[in-house]
Amino acid sequence: MTFLEVIFYLLASIAIISGLMMISIKNPVQAALWLVLGFIATAGIWITAQAEFLGLVLILVYVGALMVLFLFVVMMLDVNITQIKERFTAYLPLGILTSIAIFAIMYMVIGPDRYGVDQMPVPKSMPADFSNTKLLAIPLYTEHAYAFVLAAVLLLVGIVAAITLTLRRRAPSVVLYQDIDKQVKVQRNDRFKIIKMDAVVEEDVKPIDEDEEGKK
Amino acid sequence: MIALSDYLLFGSILFMISMAGIFLNRKNVIILLMSIELLLLAVNTNLIAFSYYLNDVTGQIFVFFILTVAAAEAAIGLAIIVLVFRNRKSINVDDLDSLKG
Repeated sequence: MTFLEVIFYLLASIAIISGLMMISIKNPVQAALWLVLGFIATAGIWITAQAEFLGLVLILVYVGALMVLFLFVVMMLDVNITQIKERFTAYLPLGILTSIAIFAIMYMVIGPDRYGVDQMPVPKSMPADFSNTKLLAIPLYTEHAYAFVLAAVLLLVGIVAAITLTLRRRAPSVVLYQDIDKQVKVQRNDRFKIIKMDAVVEEDVKPIDEDEEGKK
Repeated sequence: MIALSDYLLFGSILFMISMAGIFLNRKNVIILLMSIELLLLAVNTNLIAFSYYLNDVTGQIFVFFILTVAAAEAAIGLAIIVLVFRNRKSINVDDLDSLKG
């Protein structure tokens, strides 16, 4: 057994155990943390298959952003844990049976008989200064440039959809909102009124004679 | 030597676990969404293994786009869950039966 094989089987067993824990544990916060462990182990497996850039992206984007979002939502929603797993066992036989049956069929198709080392020889490993990022970047920005732009548009649509869905209008007594349409549409006459007034001549104020005041 | 079938079987085991998770968890939509994420990860492992053994980088580019789509999907899914919880005070799958499906 080579060193790479030991690493591969170790990471694969960690990922599988954390997947099993994720679907069977009661607390959603702990399930999210087990899924984080599974993502990290799978990222390691991708790195053993010489997809270094995607392995790092998996850790940065999935563990760093997506799972934190999951944890944030789980903690925000305050779900009642005690009644979550009431009917867990009701679907257990069906789930296990379906999984094992499909896995058996898959094993016949993708097992070692068809995709073993003899049929698909292991490619020679790249030199140490080989850049997987560069290999990935050149076709991404040339051949697949339109798909890349489309992915950017998709992310924009995702942002707009998520914000629109969760936006909540509250009563004006709680929060005051700006209505930009009204602000732009406003005319001079809506804001101030010019009142015509007759000109009035005021009487002259007589200066007070200080000496007479003092005499009184 | 790690054979291609090892990667493929690892991916299919992960896929089966997450599919069983969708079967078993009828009480919490968030764990269903996590199972879908794990399912996409298993499929991506297949693409990366084939890309390595066939010396073709297109598989890795596909994984790149699948990761993008999965991130957008998870963000919208979580937004919908927040909305459902705000309106119904519950994210139990069995309670969400207003469509009588």
